[in-house]
Amino acid sequence: MIALSDLIQISATEWEIPQSYREDMRGPVRIFATRELLDHVLTDKSLEQAVNATTLPGLVGAVIVMPDMHQGYGFPIGGVAATEFPIGVISPGAIGYDINCGVRLLASQIEAESAIPHLEMLATRLNQYCPSGVGKDGMVKLSLPELEELLRDGSKWALNNGYATKSDLARTEENGTFKGADPRKVSERAKNRGRSQIGSLGAGNHFIEVDIVDEIFDETAASAMGLREGHLAVQIHSGSRGLGHQVCTDYVRDFQKAVQRYNIKLPDRELVCAPMDSPEGAAYLGAMRAAANFAFVNRQLLAHAARRAFEDTFAGKSKNWDLHQVYDITHNMGKIEVHQINDKRIKVCVHRKGATRAFGPGAPGLPPEYNKIGQPVLVPGSMGTASWVLVGTKESMTRSLGSSCHGAGRMMSRSKAKKEFRGDALRSQLGKQGIHIRAGSLKGLAEEAPNAYKDVNAVVETVSEAGIARKVARLRPLAVIKG
Amino acid sequence: MPFEEISHTADWSLRVWADDLAGLLTESARGMYALANAEPAESPRVKREISLDAVDAESLLVAFLEELLYLAESENLIFNPIGKMKIDGYQLKVELEGGAITSIDKEIKAVTFHNLKIRQSARGLEVEIVFDV
Repeated sequence: MIALSDLIQISATEWEIPQSYREDMRGPVRIFATRELLDHVLTDKSLEQAVNATTLPGLVGAVIVMPDMHQGYGFPIGGVAATEFPIGVISPGAIGYDINCGVRLLASQIEAESAIPHLEMLATRLNQYCPSGVGKDGMVKLSLPELEELLRDGSKWALNNGYATKSDLARTEENGTFKGADPRKVSERAKNRGRSQIGSLGAGNHFIEVDIVDEIFDETAASAMGLREGHLAVQIHSGSRGLGHQVCTDYVRDFQKAVQRYNIKLPDRELVCAPMDSPEGAAYLGAMRAAANFAFVNRQLLAHAARRAFEDTFAGKSKNWDLHQVYDITHNMGKIEVHQINDKRIKVCVHRKGATRAFGPGAPGLPPEYNKIGQPVLVPGSMGTASWVLVGTKESMTRSLGSSCHGAGRMMSRSKAKKEFRGDALRSQLGKQGIHIRAGSLKGLAEEAPNAYKDVNAVVETVSEAGIARKVARLRPLAVIKG
Repeated sequence: MPFEEISHTADWSLRVWADDLAGLLTESARGMYALANAEPAESPRVKREISLDAVDAESLLVAFLEELLYLAESENLIFNPIGKMKIDGYQLKVELEGGAITSIDKEIKAVTFHNLKIRQSARGLEVEIVFDV
């Protein structure tokens, strides 16, 4: 196990494991954490996994880990690593099985105070309109050609089929469409799993949450996003469902042979990878982007259903029940970006697993209204606790590969959480705090107990103090729908 | 039960042991179903035959469990009993009998290769498997 004595302290919020720590490292590990958060991290294997990630061929600069980091498989959750494009590798396990798992934030002009009598009905409708839970089918069933069109076009498919607005697309990372998506590189199995699941939330830590904008910290940025204190907002956390899981599964299996073919030595088989300029690497890039497009559409369909639930609940009771999109971000993805690393501008594939892109003001690809403030960064907290809206900074571009944290980060195992907390007690306790819960599984609810997670406020304070993101607004939950 | 849960911060981890590879695959399948808390219908009974070919024992274990996850998600089926396995090198043939899932608590996204190593121990063959949930 890595100990505190193995780390070099750079500042109150930044630490380093030098490249000299282990012979096979191709770069150092940079950790954004306070001493207190670091104490949590040192109790599991996340730092060992970060050190393992530095062995990826073609790594440029440091592997960076965020304050919400925790142990995953192969690559730590909260990890960011850049590999040189196209000669470096891409590693499916360093992106995760839930390709383009991400968060969407919608804002409203409905004052929360006036909405309180209707929240019970709103929660019920959201639960009815947004399919959730283990093995549940989605809202739309597609033919194979329709699915392939969706995989290629992403949110454009949703726009053409009446599920999205142009503004939704403009306020989605990559405008909701990853170019270079190749449905031919997605297996029949993955397509079979995806065809029936598009427009479904899934289970685990995925959720739809109705929030109140509790406090604004940056009026200019909040105003550009259309966030107003005391108004309702909605967060949607979901990913690419069985289609993405199958794409990752297929390529992790295939790459077991690729690493032998390209003579790549790795400390963990889950990190298997292939050079991006190899046929295997190019195939995964095409399939990953197709799965990511599926996830964008999945969240778009859930947003469409949320809008319907708002209309059915608030029409006639409120002047304007529209939900406008603030942003949609991915936190499990490999993206080709240009970064300044070690005094050199270089094109890289940034692997982010449980980490969010956090581009600063003026960065390419942002809609005009966000050009001056920077890209919105959405950081959901654990169930029943606050969530945060941040923006990326110029410093995040130079110090963290334009990246920031993605959530609170687990600190207690699911089995321990199930033993310590009861789903029904938790639901009733949150109910007393005025939070309406709809959950498919009470056991699943217990696993997601707030005390199983780190304090999201401490995570956000860390990235804010480190300068890699800036606080805009804090959200407080009023209703949570979980699978 | 020749399997037990091991603590993992975010995902699920199982330690499984058995006399031989066929036993290890069977017990890993039972362990995975137990983690998901999945129950099959008593009737009608459904049969499926699985044939797999892998590069090594660990890959065969992952491929077998993934096959079961795929059948659970795409056809809503789980299997008990896992029939007699024919293993030749790293090729597997097995006939499974089961039924439709009547209840399931947990979505298992995938079976990972994370630190996956089948080793000899005092209990025969032993392995630790991490599932993404």
